Parts: sequence; structure tokens; C-alpha cells
Amino acid sequence: MVATNGQRTESDPEGQQPDTLRKVNRVVIRFAGDSGDGMQLTGDRFTSEAAAFGNDLATLPNYPAEIRAPAGTLPGVSSFQLHFADYDILTPGDRPDVLVAMNPAALKANLGDLPAGATVVVNTDEFTKRNLKKVGYEQSPLETDELERFTVHRVAMSELTKGAVAETGLTRKEAERCKNMFALGLLSWMYHRPTDNTERFLREKFSGKPQVAEANLLAFRAGWNYGETTESFAVAYEVEPASLPEGTYRQVTGNLALAYGLVAAGQRSELPVFLGSYPITPASDVLHEMAKHKNFGVTTFQAEDEIAGVGAALGASFGGSLGVTTTSGPGLALKSETIGLAVALELPMLICDIQRGGPSTGLPTKTEQADLLQALYGRNGESPVPVLAPRSPADCFDIAMDAARIALTYRTPVLLLSDGATANGSEPWLIPDVSELPDLRVSFADSPNAPDGSEEFWPYQRDPRTLAREWAVPGTPGLEHRVGGLEKLDGKGSISYDPDNHDAMVRLRQRRIDGIEVPDVPVEDPDGDARVLVLGWGSSYGPIGAACRRLRARGMPVAQTHLRHLNPMPGNLGEVLRRYDRVVVPEMNMGQLAMLLRSRYLVDAQSYTKVAGLPFQAEELENVLSDVVQGVEL
Amino acid sequence: MGGLAGVPAADEEYSAKDFTSDQEVRWCPGCGDYAVLAAVRGFLPELGIKRENTVFVSGIGCSARFPYYMNTYGMHSIHGRAPTIATGLATTRPDLSVWVVTGDGDGLSIGGNHLIHALRRNVNITVLLFNNRIYGLTKGQYSPTSDQGMVTKSTPAGSLDTPFNPVSLALGAEAGFVARTLDSDRAHLTETLRAAAQHRGSALVEIYQNCPIFNDGAFDVLKDADEKQRRLIQLRHGEPVTFGPEDERFGVVRDERGELRVAKLAEVDERDLVVHDAQRADTSHAFALSRLGGQDLDPTVTGVFRAVDRPTYDDQARQQLDEAAQQRPADLQQLLTGRDTWTI
Repeated sequence: MVATNGQRTESDPEGQQPDTLRKVNRVVIRFAGDSGDGMQLTGDRFTSEAAAFGNDLATLPNYPAEIRAPAGTLPGVSSFQLHFADYDILTPGDRPDVLVAMNPAALKANLGDLPAGATVVVNTDEFTKRNLKKVGYEQSPLETDELERFTVHRVAMSELTKGAVAETGLTRKEAERCKNMFALGLLSWMYHRPTDNTERFLREKFSGKPQVAEANLLAFRAGWNYGETTESFAVAYEVEPASLPEGTYRQVTGNLALAYGLVAAGQRSELPVFLGSYPITPASDVLHEMAKHKNFGVTTFQAEDEIAGVGAALGASFGGSLGVTTTSGPGLALKSETIGLAVALELPMLICDIQRGGPSTGLPTKTEQADLLQALYGRNGESPVPVLAPRSPADCFDIAMDAARIALTYRTPVLLLSDGATANGSEPWLIPDVSELPDLRVSFADSPNAPDGSEEFWPYQRDPRTLAREWAVPGTPGLEHRVGGLEKLDGKGSISYDPDNHDAMVRLRQRRIDGIEVPDVPVEDPDGDARVLVLGWGSSYGPIGAACRRLRARGMPVAQTHLRHLNPMPGNLGEVLRRYDRVVVPEMNMGQLAMLLRSRYLVDAQSYTKVAGLPFQAEELENVLSDVVQGVEL
Repeated sequence: MGGLAGVPAADEEYSAKDFTSDQEVRWCPGCGDYAVLAAVRGFLPELGIKRENTVFVSGIGCSARFPYYMNTYGMHSIHGRAPTIATGLATTRPDLSVWVVTGDGDGLSIGGNHLIHALRRNVNITVLLFNNRIYGLTKGQYSPTSDQGMVTKSTPAGSLDTPFNPVSLALGAEAGFVARTLDSDRAHLTETLRAAAQHRGSALVEIYQNCPIFNDGAFDVLKDADEKQRRLIQLRHGEPVTFGPEDERFGVVRDERGELRVAKLAEVDERDLVVHDAQRADTSHAFALSRLGGQDLDPTVTGVFRAVDRPTYDDQARQQLDEAAQQRPADLQQLLTGRDTWTI
């Protein structure tokens, strides 16, 4: 049900509730302000509070590529959206129920996304003539009827913050910078959030600056108290903990989960991890995180460029480490020649592409999934590489482990395709029991293997099941050998220009990748009578799943499946696709997977695409799918 | 600590034959690469390290075939990228002696960025830069060390590029060890390679090498006994820089502007002669020596320009790992769990 404030209440029609605490099932909040206003931090803290309370949650940070765009302008608006609920949710939410707008630009930039009845909390102190003019407001929207569809709370946050922290002796400018904590305090009151962790966080974050720590705490509490004592906030809301599967949870972003997966892969394979990387948005956080974990035998190397990053990773793999490189689309383009070399060398390596909007520099801070064909085919020659994609932030951990399994078992570079929304978004993660993680140990070659009894070592002699060649690392006596990008004679590994050998090697490399064991893809079709299948990959899992739930709630059967392995594809995929009358493939590109499915399985897959730099909304997919389902039933 | 510290010692005596692979060498007859290959095969046994702990990494070009001919571990990688691969290998494997074989095209053109960064970073690798002043494998285009005005297939009206001086470039990148030698002088070549191998950190050895097909005779003036004597300077640490035939000796002096120039020995005060100091932390002395001879090889300065110890990237990277491991045990469960959890 939708209450007047736009939030979904369990019961109680609007206006009938006399109490001051109202239960809701889920809320979508968006914090929006200037790039320098600390909105990402504010959102992140609120997320932690929701997580600590046991809600399910999903987040969507959205910020400009410029570090500090001109203050108060539309391009400078940074926002953080958070969806939390008392049940398992799949997306960061389509439209915010609550918008916190720290200035006129933040209001203007986000107003179009608000449903009627939403709550808007504005910092009135920033609604000056000058700031209004910067974004083209002739008259303050607070004084016109522009906001009449919304419940608006006008709060003088800057002044209230300055007043609250005056006793710390900070300058006015420094004092005002605490206003994001005022906003956090106010929202924490509105949604009955536990505050202990935030207080602890602030003390630790500013442990070297006690004055600043104190000011932030004062601002945070002032915001809370403002909600409690001001009549304009007559009602607070409560979202109860979600009933997720039993276990211990924490909150993770995709990049954090990916870094943990790489560390865990090193531990479970008992190999040193070497990350060669070059800073690039939105992948740099993986490098930052990995750099903290040297005690796990993780070496991080910030190279002079993308090519050197992957080159060093390959050199480390040659020496017996788990070589890893992290990048985004433009960097993947630069690394392609070295990935091709890794294909020829048949050495394990992980390449993580955190996709962003393209082509070229494109939209560095926005999400897209348009590197699929680059990952699959963006190299010279026949150069097959396994490709995997996580479906959510927490899934990045499992995908990293699985990518490592494939790389080590089959001696191949493996491409992992995350994206900006997955990388920066967060969700609860059921913390795995380390002893139950897959065993990834490998054995290095230690003796001659020539089948002709010559006591030689043949580097391209293969395991008959996996077709993987032996991994003989330098330092092993008697196995001295040379590898390289020139075509190799199968088995012996010497240079070969023989036409038949080349043909055989091309097919062999393809067969090795095609033969990688990947799990069958499961299909979710609770009613069992769906005639429409919707299939996605990567971060669209959430909105597709949410859209399917909505359709089913409306009595429209629809089946969902989601690809985590894009090369090789699951063995049952063709059969699954042929089971349905219609197959819809939503993608944040121009239909790359749909094209592959059509060519490979000869199914009439229908592509739905969006490349706006933002994730799909559940609502838009619901509309698309309901048209298809209704079309089938006619 | 020497360049080979950490590399296990051989428990047998090797000969050049032990470092010779079963692959047939396929350079053109008369190629200078043969001499370098023979010298390397010949002097590696002297190092006394295990053969299996020796790795040659190359890029693309004629010189890049080098690893195939060595019975060690090796990788023939892609154009210009050998220093990056060697960096990852050397950083993760302190027990290996890692060599990069490159050329003037591979190392100074397509791979120039990697070369200068490997040198400034000071990774414990030894780079052999075969300089024949031409692209050989692609059949004769001008290279970053070709003479200006050189007529090649790609520059029928003469090349316009200003050539690199590889030694100056390496010194500009503050390489700890920089030397130059000739393919035709086996003794000097061996002596220089030995010094490079013993140096801990990035070492660059430029080897003037003749391409008999596309740039034949580029260094012939150094093969003619008289011309060689007249032009060739062999730097010796701690000794005054002098050269020339007995009847016409030259010396290097500093002029009134502080620049180095060649003077007739008879005409200068011996106390004014520049004494070579390869161990100066400041690179300007070595750089000035590198500017004495140009493309015209008159004079040609060879030997070790600079041999300065400074902490290596890979030693320090491993030290950071060791320290972290001592300070914090690697508890994966604790890492994954973190601090802010809730239980359902």
C-alpha cells in the first residue's frame, strides 16, 4: 500500500494512524548534494545503520567524474540512493520515497525521479538567490507550487549545524561542513536507525582531529534531536529487520567483495597473489583494497600504464603466482595484446574489467555492460577466453573464486566483467565459512613428461581431461623451457609454422575453453507455466528479478534466468531457451548478448536495451515484460 | 648485496654447451647477435648460479629470438613489453636471475615507456639492448637510433627523427647501472655483462651490433684497428679518461663552461684530466660522458658509465610483505568477517 508520503505501509490507510511511529516494509532514500557535501559518506553511513539493524538493502551511488565540479551547479551534484526493507530486495529502488536535497542543484537534478507523495527534505540555507540562479531558478521552488505534490520539510541545516557545533570553536566554514552529519542524524531519527556504529565511526575517522570528531558528533545528534523535537516531523517510520537466510552478515560493495575474493583465491590456492594495475575509475578501489592485504602474500604493483600492469601480472604467473590485473573498458582495450599472449602461453591469469560507459573515455563514473564483445572477441586471431560476470555486489566474491578456479584448472587467462553499479553498490553478504570455500590448490610440474621417453620436458603436453598444459615454474631443475607468442608445436612446444599444427592448435585452444565445466543455469519459474523467459547477465539481475516478481504478483507468469558464465555458456542453455515461446534479453548495451544467443542457438531472442549510464528500473522492465507476456497470451 | 644474491648456487660446473638449447639459431649469417649469444653462453657458467634459476625474457625483433637459443627458462613475449613481464617475475621471485633481451626498436620505440620506468623503479633485472640502428625483422625501416637523414624503405627522402642516445636516456631515467659495449669485442662484452649481472637493481647494457643485411657496416669504424684506436674510449672507474694511439693520445677535460671535451694529451695538464667515477650518486658526470660521442661514433665511449647501488623495487616490495606478515597474521575468516556484522 502507498501512504501519502509515498512509503509502503503494511496496513492502516492513510491518515488513520494516530501514533507517531508507523511501520513500513521498505523505503528508498536518496541523499543529494554538491560533490563536496559528503553525500557518499552520508549514504554509506546510513547504509551501515540499516545493515546493522538487519534490513536487507541495496545501494546506488551516483557521482560526477569531476572531483569538484563548480559548487552549486547541476554537473556537480552527487547522490547516493539506498533501498532498505524488511524482506529480501533486489534493487536499489526505482524512485526515492525520500529525497534529501542539500542545495537547489540537488533538488532540481533529482526532482524528476520522485513519485507523487514523496518526502523532500531541503536545506533552506542553500536556497540563496545566487545558488538558485546557478541552476536557472527564477524563483525559489520552495515558494512556488512546484513542490505541491510532495511533503516538503524545510530545514535550515547549515545554520542549525553551525549553532550546534559552535562550542567546538571550529571556523564557520569548518562547522558548516558537518551539515551532512546533521542530515544523517535527522534521517536516522526518521527511520529509527541505531546510531552507535555511526558515533563510533566518526570518532575513529577523525581520531587524529578530536575537535572535528566532536563537531561531527554534535551535528549528528543535533539532526536526531531536531527530528524528535520539531513538530514538522510528527511521524517516524520503522522498517523491521528482514528475514534473510540464517547466518552472519556484513555489508559489502562489489569492489570490496571482488578484492576479498582475490585474496581468498590466493589463500585457497596457496599461491602468492600479484596484482598489476593502473588507476582507472571505477576499478581503482580494488587496487586500494588489495594493497592493504600484504600480510596475505598479496603484492600490488601500480604500473606505469595498463599494459605494464597486465604484463607484470603475466610475468608473475609465469613465475608461479596468481597474476591478476584490474581495469575498466579503456584499459581492457590496452591490455588485449597481452591477454592474447597469455592465451598463447596457456598460463593462468585474471583480468577484471569493471565496466563503465563507453566508447572511449565515455562515462567514467556511470555503469554500462557494453564490454561483453570486447571481452569475448577483442583480440587478434582466434583467442578464446573464459568470461564470467557477477550478478550483484556480494556475488563478486564467488565470481572471483570461480574465475580463479577456471584459470588455475585450465591454465588460461579469465575475464571477469563487473560494472560500475555492481562495483560501488552494496548489499548484505552472508559471510562464508572459510573452511567451506573451494580448494584451489594446484601442482606444478616437477619432472620430465615427454611421451617418447626422452627425459625431456614438453611444455605443451596436456592433461587429457582438461587439456591444460603443465605449469613448470622457473627454478625447477631439468624442466628448462621457452614459451612465447609464436605458434607452438603441440606437445613439444617448439616454434612451429606447420599449417596442420596451427589448425590443430587453434581448435585445441578453443576446445579447451569450450570444455570448461560450468554449472547448468537454473530457471526461476515458480508457477511453472510461463511462456516468456527473461534472460540477463551481470548487474541487471536485480531489476529483472524485481520486475518478474511484480509481474507474478499481477498474475502474469514469467520465467527468469541469469548468466554468470558467458564463455563457455552453461550446457543446458540451448534447451532452456527453446523451452519458451518468447525470450527477452534486457541489456545495458545495444544487444550484445542477444546477438550471441541468436547466432549460437538460433532462437528469436528479443533484445531490450538501455545505455543511459544507470541501471534498469524495475518499473520499466515490468512494463516491457508485461507487454511481451500479454502479447504471448493473446 | 650483489645482483645474484638470493639466486641458488650451482652444484655442478657448467660449460657454454649447458646453456645451449636444441633450437637451431636462425639469425642471418654475419649477424652481430651470434657474437652476443656466444659471449652470454660462454660467461653464464662463470656466474655460478643454477641454470634453472636463470630466465631470459624478450619482446619482438631479431634480438627477441635470443631466449629460444638459451637452455634456461625463457619467454619470447610481445613487442616492447619484456620489461613489464620481467618486473612481475623479478618482484615475485627473488631466487631468479632475470634478463631482458631487447633491441633499439623494441626497447626504445614501442617499449620505451616500460624501459624508462623499469630503470627508474630499479627492479633487479639486467637489460641487454642490442642496438643495430635499424629495424631488421620488418626488413629495414629506420629505428629510434638511426642516423638523421637515413634513407630506408619507409624514409625514401631521408629520416627526419633525431636519434636517441640510449645511454643518455637510461641515465636520464636514473638507472643504477648503465654501460655500453660492442658485439665485436668479446672480452669487453663479457667483462661488461659480468659487471651488469653482479649489480643489484636495473642494469642496462647497450651493445652496438651490426646488421649485415639492412645496416651493414654501421659500426665498421670501430672494427678497423686504426680507427678503433683513434675513437674508442674505454671507461675505467677511478682512472683518467684517456684514449688514442700511442703517438697521439687524447684525454677528456672539462672546459671553462663546465662541459667535457676531448683534448690532445700533450696539450693539457694531467691534473685537468677527468677521472671517471662510476659510483657518483649524481648522474651528471656519467651523462656528460655519454654526450661525448654521438651518432658519428667519434669518439665512442664504452664501459660502465654508472654503477650506483640504491634500494631495489623488488627487494622493498618483498620487505613490505614480510613486515606485514609479521605484524598481522593472515586470518582470512577474520578479514571476511570484518567488524560490523549482524546475525540472523
